[in-house]
Amino acid sequence: MTELSADVVVVGAGPAGLAAAVAAAEAGAHVILTDEQPAPGGQIWRQPWDAQPPAPSRELWRRAEHRGVRLLPETAVFGVQEARCLRAASPGGAVTIRAGAIVLATGALERMLPFPGWTLPGVFAAGGIQALAKSGLEVAGKRIVVAGSGPLLLAVAAFLKRQGAVVLGIFEQAEAMAVARFAGSLLLHPGKLRQAAALLGELTGIPGHHSAWPVRAEGTGWLERLTVRVGDQEQSFELDFLACSFGLVPVTGLAELLGCRVESGAVVVDRQQRTTVPAVFAAGEATGIGGVDSAVIEGAIAGAAAAGSMDPAPSLDRRRNREQAFARRLALAFRLRPELKALCEADTIVCRCEDVRFGALIRYGDAREARLATRCGMGPCQGRMCGPALNFLRGWPLPRPALPLIPVTARALVTDATDRTASATFFRES
Amino acid sequence: MLPDVIVVGAGIVGAAVAEALAVAGCRVRVLESAWPGSGSTGAAMGHLLVLDDSEAQWRLTRLSRDLWDARADQWGAALEWESCGTVWVAADGEELELARRRGAWFAERGVASELLDQVALRAAEPNLAAGLAGGLRVPGDSVIYPPAAVRLLLEGAVRHGATIAAGTPVKRAGGGWVELTNGDRLPAGAVIIAAGLATPELLATPVEGLALIPKKGHLAITDRYPGWLRHQLVELSYLKSAHGSAPSSVAFNVQPRATGQILIGSSRQLDTLDPTVEPATLSRMLARAATYLPRLETLTILRTWVGFRPATPDNLPLIGPVPGQPRLWLATGHEGIGVATALGTAALIRASVLGEAPPLDPTPYAVDRVVGWMAHA
Ligand SMILES: Cc1cc2nc3c(=O)[nH]c(=O)nc-3n(C[C@H](O)[C@H](O)[C@H](O)COP(=O)(O)OP(=O)(O)OC[C@H]3O[C@@H](n4cnc5c(N)ncnc54)[C@H](O)[C@@H]3O)c2cc1C
Ligand SMILES: Cc1cc2nc3c(=O)[nH]c(=O)nc-3n(C[C@H](O)[C@H](O)[C@H](O)COP(=O)(O)OP(=O)(O)OC[C@H]3O[C@@H](n4cnc5c(N)ncnc54)[C@H](O)[C@@H]3O)c2cc1C
Repeated sequence: MTELSADVVVVGAGPAGLAAAVAAAEAGAHVILTDEQPAPGGQIWRQPWDAQPPAPSRELWRRAEHRGVRLLPETAVFGVQEARCLRAASPGGAVTIRAGAIVLATGALERMLPFPGWTLPGVFAAGGIQALAKSGLEVAGKRIVVAGSGPLLLAVAAFLKRQGAVVLGIFEQAEAMAVARFAGSLLLHPGKLRQAAALLGELTGIPGHHSAWPVRAEGTGWLERLTVRVGDQEQSFELDFLACSFGLVPVTGLAELLGCRVESGAVVVDRQQRTTVPAVFAAGEATGIGGVDSAVIEGAIAGAAAAGSMDPAPSLDRRRNREQAFARRLALAFRLRPELKALCEADTIVCRCEDVRFGALIRYGDAREARLATRCGMGPCQGRMCGPALNFLRGWPLPRPALPLIPVTARALVTDATDRTASATFFRES
Repeated sequence: MLPDVIVVGAGIVGAAVAEALAVAGCRVRVLESAWPGSGSTGAAMGHLLVLDDSEAQWRLTRLSRDLWDARADQWGAALEWESCGTVWVAADGEELELARRRGAWFAERGVASELLDQVALRAAEPNLAAGLAGGLRVPGDSVIYPPAAVRLLLEGAVRHGATIAAGTPVKRAGGGWVELTNGDRLPAGAVIIAAGLATPELLATPVEGLALIPKKGHLAITDRYPGWLRHQLVELSYLKSAHGSAPSSVAFNVQPRATGQILIGSSRQLDTLDPTVEPATLSRMLARAATYLPRLETLTILRTWVGFRPATPDNLPLIGPVPGQPRLWLATGHEGIGVATALGTAALIRASVLGEAPPLDPTPYAVDRVVGWMAHA
């Protein structure tokens, strides 16, 4: 049984995790950095295997390597063995990882909202189609609609356009006023303003709509037609792909298994990025959706604190406060409007793993009751997909995470060597 | 005249009792603090079986299994009924002898079973380890989905005029009355407390000696592997684990679900109220299962959880009137077989409340025996 240990173990190698690993290592700690993906970078910096990662990612990774950070790729933490001791699944089997301190940098997932036809092949999560395109899905020449909510839509549309896709339009559910006010506030963040301006430049020629959302996807066996509502009009498109997501949701399962307090869906941290559990820190989108700049700053603070530095550097502290103000404006501007709750019809599938339709759920007041009665959220994804949707549609809390956080073999859950030996000798003895 | 009835608790036991009394014509109200099935029942495996641990346990499991069989005909797929039978697996010659004796005992009492030798066992369950001595197949045992059973029973009760109040916690109860946590006091001709582990603390006038022991159990569920497992498999030494006083034990107990998933049990812990999955116990439980089913180690586990069984010191449930408190009954303490024995329990309660002839001798389950339990504690 493989057992590893380090002063600081960082879970998640996105911007927050990379920054944390660097800061901890530069403070002198021996650092292990794990990610379930094959390469570091997280959602935004991940690249196809043959492409150069973007500069900030390369730079952080160079510093991490220089300080001897040990990267464990394709290593997904699925459980907590005991305090400060994690279990992870890796290609070589399960590993036990002991830590002096833990930094949780597990990022966020996209929220999908069910609407008629959303389960047709050809409908993708916005970030999902980006990841698939990076790993080989052909998007060049394809007619694609981007819909849902949040700045991610713009990033994905620009990405798809760069790959040669024909982006038919971007449909943002938030009101034009709210988005304009948010855009105005970017004046306080010159860096972000530059990025946004560059992005909008790239998107010239693509129609953008506000107060707009998909109402129906149709096709025989494959997505062929999409109807969107724009204000009080409906428009229809013939298309190949729909890229769709309704904001991001922090990934907090591991934090919850460790016993950290989670409020309003995000891991609660203090100024040093400490969670409510001793020696456990959190940074990046796991602590709230704030974007990549905030993730890097929080990661740096968390990594240094996990390595024993007392207070965050004042400059980092100030920048983080500014970023948090940005995050609050972001959340406000892209709040989901209540009309979206009406998109889902009684026969719309909500839980794809178990084919549970919305109509089967409406009679239940309690998420666990509904789960036991209908199998909603009981499949392989354990509610990672339908949980955030039902949180919005019904106000149900996200499903309580349990061991294992991701599906693993039974073997991976046998942790004690004596348990296995006992089992191996059982019949020989008798 | 038939009494108005209040049933406290809508687990499998309360649901069965409510249905039986509603069908008998009583006006039944079910008061449930959370939602139906939210207690032990929502965590349970749903194995319906006959057990020969004691004569009293035999009679109750036997009666109940017959009653469930009738429900299978009535409800079928809605119960997620699987008539898979049980195979009691014998690791060695000594256990095979136990299996043979159990089979003979069943035969004397008219329940079919079949002794399997090494070869027949492997033919029945190809994924079992080579080298196991054999087993006893009990074809009449089966598997249901307990939350579905609760729903169907309560729907039956409602059809006969019962009302179900979920989200209605009872603060305490006595002979012929119940007090809600909101202060309302409800009178009734008969009050039946089927509140699982919470039952003792609801009694306004305590019953001396009454104690329920929470026995924590872990379960793990796999992804779908249709055909991988055909029977509920239980190790023959299971009852040692179930009724032993060791603070913590695991036993091989796996179940094929209608979905093709495999539900893996089981553990028993006496000294804890911790509602979280313990990796160390889970590890022992899965290793134990893999001794019998080596390839089980390669199956994907989707989720694990725990539940608490309401146990009594003498391993028999408490079913009957509370001595000295007229119009008050208890129906609880079924440990690991509350689903299997719910319908027999309901038949006993019905007979007692209505003054009919009982379907079997109620004495072994009577509440007055708890007086002796003080010595146990
Ligand atoms: C799908 C998606 C696409 C996005 N695309 C863009 C974009 O194009 N442009 C943009 O500006 N922003 C984008 N964002 C937002 C951007 O990801 C964040 O602002 C930023 O990356 C947050 O950094 P992070 O380190 O907190 O999280 P992430 O970058 O999400 O990194 C978290 C990492 O943790 C790993 N992880 C999680 N749980 C475990 C576990 N249990 N064990 C091991 N590893 C684990 C994940 O594999 C992931 O690599 C996207 C976000 C998402 C969810
Ligand atoms: C891991 C595990 C596996 C099992 N496998 C099996 C199996 O295969 N076969 C089998 O037969 N049995 C099995 N069992 C045992 C079975 O779960 C129990 O015996 C059975 O569920 C007990 O049912 P109950 O109705 O008495 O209790 P519960 O299901 O706990 O119901 C009691 C109800 O009372 C309610 N309540 C509590 N307090 C109040 C109050 N103050 N006011 C109102 N309502 C209240 C609760 O909310 C609850 O709904 C298993 C148990 C476990 C833990």
